[in-house]
Amino acid sequence: MAKIHVNTSINGEVVEFLCEPYETLLDVLRNDLQLTGTKEGCASGDCGACSVTVNDALVCSCLVLGVEAEGAEIGTIEGVSNKDQLHVIQQKFLEHAALQCGICTPGLVVSTKKLLEENPNPTEEQARYYLAGNLCRCTGYDKIIRAVMDAAETMRGAA
Amino acid sequence: MPVVEYKVPENIDAAVSMLSNTKLSTKVMAGGTDLIIQSRAQSSDPLVVIDIKHIDSMMTAAIVDGGLHLGPSMSCAQLTARNDIKAIYPGLVEAAYLIGSTQVQGRCSVGGNLCNASPAADTIPALIVNGAECVIHGPKGERTVAAEDFAVGVGRNCMEQGELLTRIQIPAPAAKTSDAYLRFIPRTEMDIAVAGAAVSVTLDADGTCTAARVSIGAVATTALLVTEAADALIGTKLDDAALNAAAAAATAASKPITDRRGTIEFRRHVVGVLTRRAAVIAAQRAKEK
Amino acid sequence: MSEAKQYKYIGTRSIRPDGFDKVTGRANYGADMSLPGMIWGKILRSPHAHAKIKSIDTTKAEALAGVLAIASYNDFPSVADEVVATGEGSSNLLDLANNILAKDKVLYHGHAILAIGARTAAIAEQALGLVEIEYEVLKPVLDVNDAMAADAPVLHDNMFTQGLAETPTKASNIAARQEFKMGDVEAGFAEADLIVERDFYTPTVHQGYIEPHACTARYDADGQSMLWCSTQGHFDVRASTAKLLSLNLNRLKVIASEIGGGFGGKTTVYLEPVALILSKKSGRPVKMIMDRDEVFKASGPGSATRNWVKIGAKKDGTITAMQALLHYEAGAFKGSPVMMGCMTAFTPYAVPNMYVEGYDVVVNKPKVAAYRAPGAPQAEYAAEMVVNEIADKLGIDPIDLRLQNAAKEGTQTIYGPKLKAVGLVECLEAAKNSPQYQEALKENQGRGVAAGFWFNVGGQSSVTLNMNPDGTGTIVEGSPDIGGSRASMQLMAAEELGMPAENLKPIIGDTENVAFSAGTGGSRTTFATGMAVIEAAQDVVRQLKERSAAVWNLTADQIEYAEGETFSGDNRMTVAEICAGAERTGGQITGRGNINARGAGPSFAVHLCDVEVDKDTGKVDVLRYTAVQDAGKAIHPSYVEGQLQGGAVQGIGWALNEEYVYSADGHMENAGFLDYRIPLASDLPMIDAIIVEVPNPFHPFGVRGVGESGIIPPLAATAYAVSQAIGLPITDLPCSPPNVLKVIQDNA
Repeated sequence: MAKIHVNTSINGEVVEFLCEPYETLLDVLRNDLQLTGTKEGCASGDCGACSVTVNDALVCSCLVLGVEAEGAEIGTIEGVSNKDQLHVIQQKFLEHAALQCGICTPGLVVSTKKLLEENPNPTEEQARYYLAGNLCRCTGYDKIIRAVMDAAETMRGAA
Repeated sequence: MPVVEYKVPENIDAAVSMLSNTKLSTKVMAGGTDLIIQSRAQSSDPLVVIDIKHIDSMMTAAIVDGGLHLGPSMSCAQLTARNDIKAIYPGLVEAAYLIGSTQVQGRCSVGGNLCNASPAADTIPALIVNGAECVIHGPKGERTVAAEDFAVGVGRNCMEQGELLTRIQIPAPAAKTSDAYLRFIPRTEMDIAVAGAAVSVTLDADGTCTAARVSIGAVATTALLVTEAADALIGTKLDDAALNAAAAAATAASKPITDRRGTIEFRRHVVGVLTRRAAVIAAQRAKEK
Repeated sequence: MSEAKQYKYIGTRSIRPDGFDKVTGRANYGADMSLPGMIWGKILRSPHAHAKIKSIDTTKAEALAGVLAIASYNDFPSVADEVVATGEGSSNLLDLANNILAKDKVLYHGHAILAIGARTAAIAEQALGLVEIEYEVLKPVLDVNDAMAADAPVLHDNMFTQGLAETPTKASNIAARQEFKMGDVEAGFAEADLIVERDFYTPTVHQGYIEPHACTARYDADGQSMLWCSTQGHFDVRASTAKLLSLNLNRLKVIASEIGGGFGGKTTVYLEPVALILSKKSGRPVKMIMDRDEVFKASGPGSATRNWVKIGAKKDGTITAMQALLHYEAGAFKGSPVMMGCMTAFTPYAVPNMYVEGYDVVVNKPKVAAYRAPGAPQAEYAAEMVVNEIADKLGIDPIDLRLQNAAKEGTQTIYGPKLKAVGLVECLEAAKNSPQYQEALKENQGRGVAAGFWFNVGGQSSVTLNMNPDGTGTIVEGSPDIGGSRASMQLMAAEELGMPAENLKPIIGDTENVAFSAGTGGSRTTFATGMAVIEAAQDVVRQLKERSAAVWNLTADQIEYAEGETFSGDNRMTVAEICAGAERTGGQITGRGNINARGAGPSFAVHLCDVEVDKDTGKVDVLRYTAVQDAGKAIHPSYVEGQLQGGAVQGIGWALNEEYVYSADGHMENAGFLDYRIPLASDLPMIDAIIVEVPNPFHPFGVRGVGESGIIPPLAATAYAVSQAIGLPITDLPCSPPNVLKVIQDNA
């Protein structure tokens, strides 16, 4: 079985890699490209820890084949902050203590960023339902939702 | 053994050709939200995957003469953002919207939901009540199958080797017709339906139901079209007696199993409750049309 | 004894020092370490719930190209029948070894049998399929009642029930019996005007951490070895692994990665010794990660239980007697936390007559591990449900009934000591005055109140505080940070040194560069490691004074210290100045705190849950939730609130939808997050967290651990709310829609 050569763009940078046809995008990011910010919690699309964007759609990278990255634009947690400047969402997560162990945080940050692009003024209920696919076991979601609502308000103010 | 080969056809004929000519198990992949998980099961055979997302007609939807021509592989995220489609078939769109999380919505499709033929598929009851037809291309040409005949068993659909679902067609609804889909899950999101019910009703000027279709899901090996439940609504103003009769008919028609998601008794009871509630919503929407 | 004080750093909501790494994905967890030449290890697991292994043939697997090593029980050099510390409890080494790689019997579906190391994970998986094993399949037992039946298939032919008047000669599945008593329950019941007794059931549940177990191991040719792993206690990992592999402690370095949740489930070892064996046999570093279904099937869930509780009270609300009979599932090997269940069940109550009997029973399920206040949620669930029922039947408010009988300072506990200063009364009052308690309920809605008690522990922690020439410092401690504890260490050191928190960087050392620290569990970290941090900071202050004395030709006792400066008369030096001159006054300054912390203060909790039930479907909607808990002193209020909220939501999941579902032949059917249903963001309202502070007199800042008590009240608070909403008793968890609907329909 020969590996497939893929040309893609990750966080705006041109990237090439070789992968097996059975590797998921999550496998490729973590094992082949050492982009370990995206986490594996279940490999079956049930926890959202592996959330990334593919051509601007929010997806679970465990449910995308690595070869599908060909010609696509991939967005991962590594692309959210800008060098040493945190994104507002990341800053608000820290201010609100919206993380304890932090394993779900990269997925939540990526998902929240997409939420607020699609809906800059979500209600609490809308935020909770949009983020339902991001499981957290530590926080009970309270501070996460507060951080999301605060980030939304700050981003609307800055807009 | 999982995926061993990945192919990207540029058009329908190329896809049909790829699907026909192979010694290995070959499957179409749209969003892959079921397929990728299945391919990773230890018992899975080596798989050739045909990625049809590069064929435009598979990925787009159009309102044609008031009805819908739906590319089967269009992502639910894109479908549910279509207010024009939602206005005509709110129940179908809400069913599509219920599949999985936001992340799954970015990939999953109505066609995938249909072809995967899970007994609990959310969109199938909604397709059935809207009279959807499934257009299939194969080595012997094109054929059309009614949505209620598409799934034939648990995880099995009516297509032969080499066939590809290329379009889902839904006729324009009559005036004052609308639909609704409800499912029961233990949490608020993420779960596979324990029971599901779709209802489409047509009302006349004075609120009497002149036509109806009822389909129930997750309570048999495939979604069922329950004519007795529809008959209980037709000719009535959907008063309590009619709704109760429809619910009872749905319960009677159901043939559920007990598994990790629900018991037989629970599913039989709840599918009746959902049928009733979905009928009320569909009627409300029909009134407003 | 700390009085109410104004603190400058403690009690502030600082940004956690490890925060930047966590929100950017830069933090490295268990599966994030790769090494050159690394291979992958995968485990072959039993397809049967109970079977004897007759033969194993690995010839075909070994012949597969890319397979480099195979590990089995025979690779453990020698395993003694002794006890090792594992997190909050201890394990028998033989049981631990057998659980990690089965010797000759498999005791649960998913039980590890051997491991294969190969160039890729795919090759390793393929090789697993080529191993040929012959089994003699036996009947499994999956419930305590079935396990205790006279004709039950026996898991261990050397299990003779401990704790009975006479040790039996016939092997059974009952590992041990516990008994705790105080006063005279029979006399107590005789005084009661009302007696309520009920049987309760709670299912097998999992801690549900989002990060699966993972490690990278390297065994070098010179016998030095390294483990990078996700763990709550790297010193415990070192101890168990070294014992299993007959290594001296100084030959095994264990590095604790960042940990993606533990809740007690990562206080033992599964993959780590296996990865090291594969590394030794292959000569390559080895990475091993559990898949999600392996985590559910083969790590350590929380015990299913069948508990009976009987409580008697006078009509004025005085509780006169409390009795319980507890049966806990240990899983495949002995050691459920039934004893903790016995000790905590009734501890929120000052009642002189108590009797609790508990049984530890093995079944063909994975060996249980600690799960947040291990043993307490199940027993206190049963007790709190009956207390609520008594309040209801006597027409007394459930908080008032608890206030009337509340444990306080001086209350005699069933397990021996008298309580020191505790805050249950304050928590009850805060719950009573909370906004939620004032809300009226509507039709189909119900409210549940429940209390919870957990002892919390102290134990060994070691800290060094290394000062830099510029006056900043590094706090080197040994407690893996599950919930943000580094922030609290930073605040406590800052308070002690009178310096801004950002000047002090807390890091977690590995087993070679920090001295022994017990694991992160038992709600001990902010308390015990915090005390060690304070002691190290005080050691630094002492040395700062000595250095100033040397410079000013005074003695150290003539020097004072405050706000980052030493002073005596007109002399003043800042910490930065002293450290800059440290070379001349005796070398760089390091403070040390190596302690075995005593005086851990228990944390009481009181929760309120309001639900609405759809009576046509049995679905429960949580409308409002309040979690009140005594933190003693909240060092970082946000992370204290986080513990209260997180514990509450785990408990809500336990009450509503979480359970292991088994087929008749003992296969877990819902080994994934799709069908093992933990609460989602959309399932919940905000969780109101109210921190009560009744200082713990034995900690310099009054700290009580808070990590665990919060999971105890939600089981009864939620289940009782459901029973109130439907007007019918609830006894069995979970309150899943089919279960609730059945209660409604059976009573229609």
